[in-house]
Amino acid sequence: MIHVHGLEKSFKQLTVLRGVDIDVARGSIFALLGSNGAGKTTVVRILATLLRADGGTARVAGFDVATQAADVRQAISLTGQFAAVDEILTGRENLVLVARLRHLKEPGAIADDLLRRFSLTEAGCRRVRTYSGGMRRRLDIAMSLIGDPPVIFLDEPTTGLDPEARIEVWQAVKELARGGTTVLLTTQYLDEAEQLADRIAILHEGRIIVNGTLNELKQLLPPAEVEYVEKQPTLEDVFLTLVGTKTEKEQ
Amino acid sequence: MNKHFLGDTTVLLGRSLRHIVRSPDTIITTAVMPIAFMLLFVYVFGGAIETGSDSYVNYLLPGILLITIASGISYTAFRLFLDMQGGIFERFQSMPIARSSVLWAHVLTSLVANLISLAVIVLVALLMGFRTGANVLGWLAVAGILLLFTLALTWIAVIPGLTAKSVDGASAFSYPLIFLPFVSSAFVPTASMPGPVRAFAEHQPVTAIVNAIRDLFAQEPAGADIWTALAWCVGILVVAYLFANLTYRRKIS
Repeated sequence: MIHVHGLEKSFKQLTVLRGVDIDVARGSIFALLGSNGAGKTTVVRILATLLRADGGTARVAGFDVATQAADVRQAISLTGQFAAVDEILTGRENLVLVARLRHLKEPGAIADDLLRRFSLTEAGCRRVRTYSGGMRRRLDIAMSLIGDPPVIFLDEPTTGLDPEARIEVWQAVKELARGGTTVLLTTQYLDEAEQLADRIAILHEGRIIVNGTLNELKQLLPPAEVEYVEKQPTLEDVFLTLVGTKTEKEQ
Repeated sequence: MNKHFLGDTTVLLGRSLRHIVRSPDTIITTAVMPIAFMLLFVYVFGGAIETGSDSYVNYLLPGILLITIASGISYTAFRLFLDMQGGIFERFQSMPIARSSVLWAHVLTSLVANLISLAVIVLVALLMGFRTGANVLGWLAVAGILLLFTLALTWIAVIPGLTAKSVDGASAFSYPLIFLPFVSSAFVPTASMPGPVRAFAEHQPVTAIVNAIRDLFAQEPAGADIWTALAWCVGILVVAYLFANLTYRRKIS
């Protein structure tokens, strides 16, 4: 679904990508892992036709991102690093706006359906300015699903979210892939890649240094030794147990 | 792609107009400064200014209208800048829409917002004693010139909106535009100015536009001024439009 070969990009003196190769199969979740400044966002921006590569080729859903940009845009949806929502409009108005811009029939019905799927029905007629970070992200992802694009790019979808909101986003992403959508996500959180991805690639200094399933990556290290360790709850477990009742009530 | 241009522009225009309806303060702040100028000049300085016209409000209004536009268009740069800052601009760019509709929606919004501000200013001027015998045709001609001037300045505003690094930078460009009417025939006749200043004042766009509107309101033959005014407006419009689109294309590719 996504084929990237030898992708190169420099910004003035700074070389960001030095030949990136990626293949993402239809309906899978592919995680691009890397530290800050590794070039993850640059890859996503090139694939989403927002930036031109200096070298190499990239095809998304069978279309070349450089020469068939309009066709690529028809097939993709981008959720950028910062929630791309209109704060002055209500949640529902945001969804209707995107549905209209995708030239779909019955934008109102599409909006209502997505509000329900993302547990935003009650907040739907409130202005987005009043939303929490997690709600914004959910709305953002809901906006990306309009028109059922076969390929979705998620650039650091959970950066800056609290643990509960993070799990909500993870659930939304898993549901997407179950529905047959191809997802390419970037993240700097290792556990996020572990939780979500079918395949993981690590981008480092402008190149993909490893690429495989979680198990393949684990085999790169010597086999695990068996040790007996007392299982302590992590702080995340504690936090989620303590606040968990509230979340269930909300939903 | 272009088959969606009108539809996409309409949808995005609806979005920006909603922004204005929900924060009408942008229209109020646009109107407040010109109204303050008008009060100041009519009731404080006006008595000492010799214009050869029987009513100073009548003399002043055209220049005040241009100042209103010059301050109003800075909101176009401001709104465009906010779209660029948030992710919404990139979302639009990654969608299958007519790309130019993103700019046109902002430009048309500017026309609507400025039209409302101008109407408010004219109402206040009428309360302050502004009178004209101009007929419908005269009013239409004035509206046409103001519309063209707004369009020209709005396309200028698009450039800082796309390139600014901060909110302040996005709106600072409008200060010289607001200042320009002061060195023109807007407040005092150019004949009273010393040589070089007078030469500048008489050959800058605001003077021609102000004189043309003034003549239209006074039902006098506007003559050459109206053509000079139109030439300036169209000239600025074409250059600003080309530069704005060049900047836009560089920004999105």
